[in-house]
Amino acid sequence: MASGNTTSKVMTVDDVVGSLSDGMTVGIGGWGSRRKPMALVRAICRSPLRDLTVVSYGGPDVGLLCAAGKVRRLVTAFVTLDTIPLEPHFRAARQDGAIELTEYDEGMFMFGLYAAAHGLPFLPTRAGLGSDVMRVNPSLRTVRSPYGDDELVAVPALTMDVALVHMNRADARGNAQYLGPDPYMDDLFAKAAGTAYVSCERLVDTSDLLKEGPLQSLLISRAHVAGVVETPNGAHFTACEPDHGRDEAFQRLYAKAAADPAEWAAFEKRFLSGDEAAYQDAVRAFREESSR
Amino acid sequence: MTPTVTDASRAEVCAVACAELFRGDGEIVAAAVAGFVPMLGSRLARATFEPDLLTTDGGPVLSAAPTPLGSPATEVEGWLTFRDHLWLVLNGRRHVVMGPSQIDPFGNMNISAIGDWARPSRQLLGSRGGPGNTRLNPTSYWVPRHSARVFTEKVDFVSGVGWDRGAHEIRAVVTNLCVLDFATPDRRMRLRTVHPGVRVDDVVAATGFELSIPDEVPETRLPTAEELRIMREVLDPKGLRDREVPA
Repeated sequence: MASGNTTSKVMTVDDVVGSLSDGMTVGIGGWGSRRKPMALVRAICRSPLRDLTVVSYGGPDVGLLCAAGKVRRLVTAFVTLDTIPLEPHFRAARQDGAIELTEYDEGMFMFGLYAAAHGLPFLPTRAGLGSDVMRVNPSLRTVRSPYGDDELVAVPALTMDVALVHMNRADARGNAQYLGPDPYMDDLFAKAAGTAYVSCERLVDTSDLLKEGPLQSLLISRAHVAGVVETPNGAHFTACEPDHGRDEAFQRLYAKAAADPAEWAAFEKRFLSGDEAAYQDAVRAFREESSR
Repeated sequence: MTPTVTDASRAEVCAVACAELFRGDGEIVAAAVAGFVPMLGSRLARATFEPDLLTTDGGPVLSAAPTPLGSPATEVEGWLTFRDHLWLVLNGRRHVVMGPSQIDPFGNMNISAIGDWARPSRQLLGSRGGPGNTRLNPTSYWVPRHSARVFTEKVDFVSGVGWDRGAHEIRAVVTNLCVLDFATPDRRMRLRTVHPGVRVDDVVAATGFELSIPDEVPETRLPTAEELRIMREVLDPKGLRDREVPA
C-alpha cells in the first residue's frame, strides 16, 4: 500500500499493545466520548499490562482501563461520556481509592501538551491560579513574568512514553487525516510522545488522502508516527464523525452496566471476553437485537 | 414597552433571566454549556436585544443565526474547536455559563468531587475549564434545582474561583427560584430578584448560607410576548427548556 521508498508502518492491534510495558505513561487522544482509539484500549484491557499512567481528556477509554485495573495514575481535566455526564467506572475507581489523580484545568492540560510536543519544560498560563488545582498538585510552580509583575502557572510538559490516537484515514507511512468537525488535541499527543500509534477507520493509499478531505485535514505527519493500525469501527462506541456517530444506545447500555457489578460481569462476558473481531460481532448482534 | 405575558412557564422566566446575563456583552462568544435553559437564553439574547453575540449550535460550529435547540446550524459563520475555545479563554472574548454542583457566598464553585478530594465520597466531572474560565472570562452560573446542597457555606473543592480568590467577574447566578448577583461591598452573594410565584423565604430556606437580601426584592421580569413567541415557535419548539426546570 505504501508508495515511494518509505517503509510501511502497518501493524496489528496486538503488535501495538505488545510493544508497551508496565508502568508506562500512555497518552490517549480524542475528547470525552469522541474519537477514542477504543480498539487499542480494549486490547490493553485484555493484556497483562499494569500500573499505567494515563494522560487523557477522559471518556470511556479511562472508564474501561480503570475497570480492567490498568491505571495507577490518571492525568486529566475531566472524565465524561458527554451525553451521559459522569463516567461510572472512573467514579468507582476514585471513590474506592483505586487510582491516583493529577487533576488539571482543560487549558493547563493543553499547555502541558504543547510544552511536551515542542521540547519546552513548561508553558505559562493564568488558568489554574487561585483554584484547588494548585492545592492538590503541590508540585506545580508559578513564575513571575520577566516583563512585569504577573504571576503565572508554569504548567510542566505532559511528557509521555506512548500516544494512541484514532483518526478517520491514514496511509501506511503514518500520515493521518481527520474528517470530522474537531481535531481535538491528537496532533499534540503524537508530537508529545516518544512513540505514537495511529489507529484508523480505513487505511488508504497516500495518493487517495485528499480525495475525502482538504489539505488541512492532514493533521498528523508520519514524522511523528511509529505505527498504523486499521481498525474499522475502532472508535466504537465513541463518536467518529463522519464515519459513524456515537452509538448512544450502546453507550447507555455500557453506563448502566458499569454502575452495577453484576451487570458489568454480564457486559464483560458478552462484549469484552474475546478479541476485537469478537467485540465487533457482539456489537452487531446487539444492534440487530435492538432494531427488532 | 412591549406587553409581557403572564402565562410564561418557570423555565421560560429562567431562560429570559439567562438571556439577560448577556445584555451588553456585544461581539463575544456565549459559551452557555450548563444546559438547555442557558443555551436557549444565549440564543434568545442574540435573537432580540444582543444581536452581535456569537453562539454555537452546541458543537464546534458558530452559527450564522441563533439555531433551535438540538438542531445543527443551517448557515455557518465560524469554527470553534475545543482547542480554539481554550485559547479563547485566554483571549477573553467569551462569557461562559457553567453548572455548579456546589457554590459558596463568593461564587467559588465545585464540579470536581464531593468530600475529601483524595478519596471523594462522590466523584464528579473534574475541574474541566472551570479554573481558567473563572480567572479569565466573565462567568455566570445556572442551577436548575436551587437547594442547600448546592448553595453551601464552603465548597469541597474550588474548581472555579470566586470574587475572593481572583475571579475575573462572576456576574450572576440564575436558578429555578431566583436571580442572585454579587452587587455588595464585599462581593457576597445577594438576592437580586425572585421569579414570579417564589417568596424570598423560599430562597432563604433553599440556601445553605446567609444571603444579602435588600429590603425590597423585585420580581424577575416576565418574558415579552415576542420573547415567548421566539422561544416557543423558533428556538425551542420541542420544549426542552421545560424538561430542565421543575414546573
